[in-house]
Amino acid sequence: MMTDLLSKLQTPTKLQTPIVATLAEKQQESPGIYTLHLALETNSSFDFAFGQFNMLYLFGLGEVPISIMGWQHDLLLHTIRAVGRVTQPLVALDIGAQLGLRGPFGQGWPLRQLEGLDLVFITAGLGCAPVVAAIHYAVENRSKYGRIVILQGVKHHNDLLWQPQYERWRDLGDCQVLLAASEEKKRKYHWRLGMVTELLALAQFDSSHCAVLMCGPEIMMLAALKQLAKHQVSDKSVYLSLERNFQCGHGSCGHCQLGPYFVCKDGPVFHYPQIKSWFGLAGV
Amino acid sequence: MDKGFLSRQQFPALYQVLSKAGYEVIGPTVKDGAIVFVPLAGFEQLPTGWQEQVSPGHYQLEQTAGQRCFYWNTGPQALKPWLFKPEQHLWQAEQTAAGLCFRQTPEQAQPRAFIGLRGCDLAALNIHDQHFLNGVLPDPYYQAQRQQLFIVAVNCARSADTCFCVSTSDGPAATVGFDILLDELETGFLVASGSDQGEVIIQQLPLAKAQTKQLSEAKQQLQAATYQQRVMPDEQQLLKLVDRLDHPQWQDVAERCLACGNCTLVCPTCFCSKQESHSDVKGQQAEQVRLWDSCFSEQHSYIVGKVFRPEISQRYRQWLTHKLATWQQQFERSGCVGCGRCISWCPVGIDLIEEAQALLQGEADDD
Ligand SMILES: Cc1cc2nc3c(=O)[nH]c(=O)nc-3n(C[C@H](O)[C@H](O)[C@H](O)COP(=O)(O)OP(=O)(O)OC[C@H]3O[C@@H](n4cnc5c(N)ncnc54)[C@H](O)[C@@H]3O)c2cc1C
Ligand code: SF4
Ligand code: SF4
Ligand code: SF4
Ligand code: FES
Repeated sequence: MMTDLLSKLQTPTKLQTPIVATLAEKQQESPGIYTLHLALETNSSFDFAFGQFNMLYLFGLGEVPISIMGWQHDLLLHTIRAVGRVTQPLVALDIGAQLGLRGPFGQGWPLRQLEGLDLVFITAGLGCAPVVAAIHYAVENRSKYGRIVILQGVKHHNDLLWQPQYERWRDLGDCQVLLAASEEKKRKYHWRLGMVTELLALAQFDSSHCAVLMCGPEIMMLAALKQLAKHQVSDKSVYLSLERNFQCGHGSCGHCQLGPYFVCKDGPVFHYPQIKSWFGLAGV
Repeated sequence: MDKGFLSRQQFPALYQVLSKAGYEVIGPTVKDGAIVFVPLAGFEQLPTGWQEQVSPGHYQLEQTAGQRCFYWNTGPQALKPWLFKPEQHLWQAEQTAAGLCFRQTPEQAQPRAFIGLRGCDLAALNIHDQHFLNGVLPDPYYQAQRQQLFIVAVNCARSADTCFCVSTSDGPAATVGFDILLDELETGFLVASGSDQGEVIIQQLPLAKAQTKQLSEAKQQLQAATYQQRVMPDEQQLLKLVDRLDHPQWQDVAERCLACGNCTLVCPTCFCSKQESHSDVKGQQAEQVRLWDSCFSEQHSYIVGKVFRPEISQRYRQWLTHKLATWQQQFERSGCVGCGRCISWCPVGIDLIEEAQALLQGEADDD
């Protein structure tokens, strides 16, 4: 029996079956964190939006969702923190090693739509790849945006990825970089002690004409949302990137559900008002 | 829809015609105390005279002296495992001299005719079509099986104690999505086609013209099947479940629920899956395999350093709120087709209607 649904064409296989990616270059960002530069089997450039992700496959071990950090010199960039079964051997690969890649998937940051606004980036912990990717874009397109404020919280000073980049961003002009370490006893130059959310008091931006881009642990984002409200930032100005268990990456496996949303296809970047009633609830 | 009559003696002709047309005929039979769908060698394998007794936590077949083959309502599974398979090979990775290469695993499909599907089964099929074919990426494995599917549906002539398809508007009549529709009477079958392919098949059957008496007998028994004891609250009511996330009833049900996931496995609309990577001993070939999964497992919501739903109350809540409420936002209807399977196959007899009612009770006036 045929229905209209069946007449659809078969889909591009790079989303369903991996393509080959070859590790061309690898650089260590900080202990346990590496940026992989991948050459793809196709010659054409890889179309993606910052905030989208790929499913990276390591032979015989499985797939993991990883944000797209950028495209440079015909290579695709992914920054990966070694935490478990797949990611540990993934960052240990030698140059020339091959892996599988499916993607890109999901909704990225609406960066075009945000042109003209002050941009406030808030991240904490190490899970901040989607926001760092967006910072890269904003810095490259500096003239299209107002002030840039980068708020980053980590446990220890040394956990900060891309330390030199933060220094460079600081010198961009009209760019404020505020860093906080929550489990450090001694304050370092340019650093505060405490939570990232406390940095908001120091941030200078136009709360009625801004966009806030966040990712990190959900508890941190909830705390930041409270602070933002205190600073008269409307919910409508807030975007956040979420993490869930991803098995398929395209709305089929059901693992990433948050209420009615599939985080993989409706997100991982969400406009906050869309998910407000579901975000931060325990056990959802 | 014109209906013809096929006598009970001539009923096997349907098997012959379908086989001759190249279909593998899949139908219900009794196996290990339950009605299951298998490839049939002939219609003598149909569950003639069998009926089921079902109640929460309970499913039992009984042989009667009756001649009817479809005087039962559901077994644990119908179509779901044939289209969305419990184990699906997705693609292979191979380490060759030239490097790594990936190949999508071709899906072997052949024309299959399913006989004996009910209104609820077809409603569930429609939901899975939406999910697997109309999503971001049509699922090629589901699609391959689905394209070759021929459906012989049966209107229910009775309903079981756990049925509530009337309240979900999915039965007891099969109304869309079939190629041939049967009404089983004492002496034979009313037969109608629902598609061009169905018409081609019924043209080859030794049909008599249906008599008025037979048509009204079919109508009466269908009417009898609509008298169901169980009623699911309507969809508007069910949407309110998402405003009850803190209700003490979740804790109450968690004390009874074993988190075994049976309900999600027998539910014809559940679609969750996980993936595993299997490799050979030499480490040259690996295969990506998709397996049925359930939101009742702790792994379902695992990410590094966190399980989003560690408590059974939260997992039961995911099942019930997804099935009955958030499903409506995803698919524009509830995910429940009223088949009652999750009620009879729950080892501790948890009844989703009772749970939904308890959750909605007392606060029904806060529209
Ligand atoms: C949208 C998105 C973007 C991400 N971007 C990055 C990134 O750019 N860099 C980075 O280092 N990490 C990123 N992560 C987290 C990364 O996916 C996990 O660290 C990784 O899946 C852990 O896998 P593992 O096998 O090493 O760990 P294990 O703990 O051994 O995990 C086993 C399996 O559980 C699942 N799983 C575990 N943790 C996560 C998780 N956090 N998210 C989703 N699935 C998980 C995976 O299927 C994984 O294979 C991202 C996650 C998501 C959802
Ligand atoms: S929720 Fe239960 S009654 Fe409803 S369709 Fe699923 S198994 Fe059948
Ligand atoms: S989340 Fe649970 S209820 Fe929803 S489809 Fe998956 S297994 Fe079924
Ligand atoms: S409700 Fe019943 S079938 Fe479902 S997980 Fe709990 S005990 Fe198992
Ligand atoms: S990752 Fe499979 S549905 Fe979202």
